[in-house]
Amino acid sequence: MQIRNHFPPLHQNIRAPHLQFLNPRFCSMAGQSDPHVSLFSPAEIEFFAEDEMVDIVPNLRVEALNMICGDYGPFTPQIPAKVPLWLAVALKKRGKCAIRPPEWMSVERLTQVLEAERDSSREFQPLPFHYVEITKLLFHFAQDDIPDMYLVKSMVEDIRDVRFHKVELGLETFTNRTQAVKLKNLSAMEANIIRPFSVRALQAFYKHDIPDVASQTAATVNRPSMADRGPRRTLRPR
Amino acid sequence: MASGSEDTFWTQDPEVAASTDVELLKRAWRNEKASPEILRFEEPLVERVREQIELLEQTVEELRAEGKDELMISLYQMDLDRTLYLLRSYLRIRLQKIEKYTIHISKTDLWGRLSSQEQAFAQRCIIIMKEHLEQSVLGKLPDGYKDVLKQSLASEDDDMVPEPPLDTFVFCKSRGDLGPFQLDDSVYYMIVHRCKNDYRLVQKHMEDGSWALVMLLIP
Repeated sequence: MQIRNHFPPLHQNIRAPHLQFLNPRFCSMAGQSDPHVSLFSPAEIEFFAEDEMVDIVPNLRVEALNMICGDYGPFTPQIPAKVPLWLAVALKKRGKCAIRPPEWMSVERLTQVLEAERDSSREFQPLPFHYVEITKLLFHFAQDDIPDMYLVKSMVEDIRDVRFHKVELGLETFTNRTQAVKLKNLSAMEANIIRPFSVRALQAFYKHDIPDVASQTAATVNRPSMADRGPRRTLRPR
Repeated sequence: MASGSEDTFWTQDPEVAASTDVELLKRAWRNEKASPEILRFEEPLVERVREQIELLEQTVEELRAEGKDELMISLYQMDLDRTLYLLRSYLRIRLQKIEKYTIHISKTDLWGRLSSQEQAFAQRCIIIMKEHLEQSVLGKLPDGYKDVLKQSLASEDDDMVPEPPLDTFVFCKSRGDLGPFQLDDSVYYMIVHRCKNDYRLVQKHMEDGSWALVMLLIP
């Protein structure tokens, strides 16, 4: 048992060993993100994405694996199996399986999605929540399993661009009347990118533009507002 | 797979919505990261995950001793590493919050949300911080300004205690039709203000597990 009862020092750069080989680009960022800058680091989002299921075709026999995260296998050559992405990549790296690219990663499907994304100026097409991370990992580790890989890759990039342009347009519609924002079909990475800006912007509008709402809020939560306490120095974060 | 909870909870794919302890711990980590105040320590869950980690460590040792296939051992080791990473991340994000808001937590009912180990940690933190402040700054200040918690004796409240900013917007993730928000079966992100009624709804759904508080930014 590696975990001891005393706590390890904070701020020490922890690295997730499995992430290091998965994505060298993010190695240096694999530590815990600072919750006050951005909640999840790209590596942490990728950690979540690695639990998404994919189909593999193994080429060797392995007994059933009873893991903490679930039971997988037994694996028999040429018999497709469903496993989490991290397991698929681990087997793939050792040349023990082929990964079947998900259905939505075909040229036809992506063409449809791209056209639909371009046609509607507001709506986002439903794509897997982690489509950015999944495609990135597969392009990196399973190139030979993806038909028309370069075409697929450029289409995914186009889709990302079109969607992100829409996200930016959406951000422009924030006003001091905005109290809640609903974003449909936004993916994990896209949401992660706009998080700092959008919340801070809403917060600023909220603070400066609608004093009546602010005092109302203070009353509802039964907390003295800043003004009631007299002059107060803002404390610097420790 | 031992799973002590029958919660339904939000996941990316309903087909893989097996409520394994790993999934539950991931949710706990996500919510802990996204929420400004400290949440209740998931004691039974953490205990179960620890047990599973120990069990798998034993299994890996046994497989090694038996001279089993290296591939299988390394796959188990990866599963182990991932679970350890998740558990450490959960514990660490809580410690970060405790360090930041030690005094506030110790003075409010948030104290009950800490595990006994975290409480011990927080108590030590307070002592060390107090000693440090007194030695380095407060001892040299004029009388009336020596208090750790107050700016001066004139302050009625303890106005030098950092508190988590609760008056802020939060990002939530959900799907399905919930309360006043008409949602279909797609993935939704909502940005709602914490101090509005909306947030109480969020909190309720977060507790019953149908919503995941996935991100939030402290202004």
